[in-house]
Amino acid sequence: MSVSIPAPRSQRIDPKYKRGPKSHGSFEKLAWLFMRLSGVVLIVLIFGHLFTNLMVGEGISGIGFGFVAGKWASPLWQFWDLALLWLAMLHGANGVRTVINDYAEKHATRAWLKGILYVATIFIIVLGSLVIFTFDPCVTGSQLQQCL
Amino acid sequence: MSKTSSGTLYRGHEGMWSWVGHRVTGVAIFLYLLVHVLDTAMVRVDANAYNAIISTYQTPWMAFGEVGLVAAILFHAFNGLRLILVDFWKQGTKYQRQMLWGVLILWVIVFAAFAIRHLSIALGGH
Ligand code: HEM
Ligand code: HEM
Repeated sequence: MSVSIPAPRSQRIDPKYKRGPKSHGSFEKLAWLFMRLSGVVLIVLIFGHLFTNLMVGEGISGIGFGFVAGKWASPLWQFWDLALLWLAMLHGANGVRTVINDYAEKHATRAWLKGILYVATIFIIVLGSLVIFTFDPCVTGSQLQQCL
Repeated sequence: MSKTSSGTLYRGHEGMWSWVGHRVTGVAIFLYLLVHVLDTAMVRVDANAYNAIISTYQTPWMAFGEVGLVAAILFHAFNGLRLILVDFWKQGTKYQRQMLWGVLILWVIVFAAFAIRHLSIALGGH
């Protein structure tokens, strides 16, 4: 028995959902896979981040410049935060890209919103990476023993 | 909608609400992260300025904000794991509804543990 499915009556179908010879298939497929792989890794990275910063020791009351200097003295936490920064930003930005595609109907609006999203994402990733790589425990105002 | 339609995972009922929740929490965490990296960048400028910013996170009001943020993260994380299982595990679609209950139960337990510990530190009068 064959079933015929009528074409959708709503005229609000984004052109990219219309089937045609032109395809962006492989990028979207990779993005789909990335969301899932990064999600699994992010669980470990974020839970570890929240546990060390909020649950052990004095929790939030213990956070301050000295706390950050202590953590970033260890390559493990430098690497941890760098991976967290990149994966969370790319995962989140790709997710927000999907949300923009879903709700911004005008082509120009969509282009603008995505442009802002990409610029902000690149800026934050570069800034966050520089902060980790160039961290200086004796920056202005530091009260650490080794700097006095 | 036809009565015989079984719909999709994402339309109507709890499937749709979990999707809305996943979307709202994802966007909220992303916005938090933008601010969070800007805040943290102050460690590169001035230690006292960084401490001043962090001290605003150490107030009772912000403690509730942090609890809300972690509530959002826990839901997004557990529900995200469920979505991954739906996609990659052979029985995933069959058990997606049961897994949503699992997500909610896990969420309540981990969230309660977190909130008790965090609020007793943050409101405990140091
Ligand atoms: C209230 C909850 C949170 C607190 C108190 C907190 C605290 C901190 C602190 C003290 C640092 C400095 C370095 C370190 O300790 O590792 C930091 C860095 C960082 N946090 Fe969080 N965090 C929180 C939530 C999050 C969440 C939910 C994410 C991810 C979605 C995140 C992502 C990051 C990243 C990427 C860095 C590195 C920033 C950089 O490269 O400059 N944090 N956080
Ligand atoms: C804790 C670990 C995490 C897991 C397991 C996870 C998992 C997922 C999964 C499976 C998706 C669905 C992708 C799709 O439908 O194709 C998703 C979407 C999304 N995630 Fe995450 N995620 C995590 C953390 C984060 C973080 C830290 C952010 C923000 C920085 C974020 C923001 C988003 C956004 C905005 C979406 C798009 C929602 C939508 O399209 O409705 N996620 N996540």
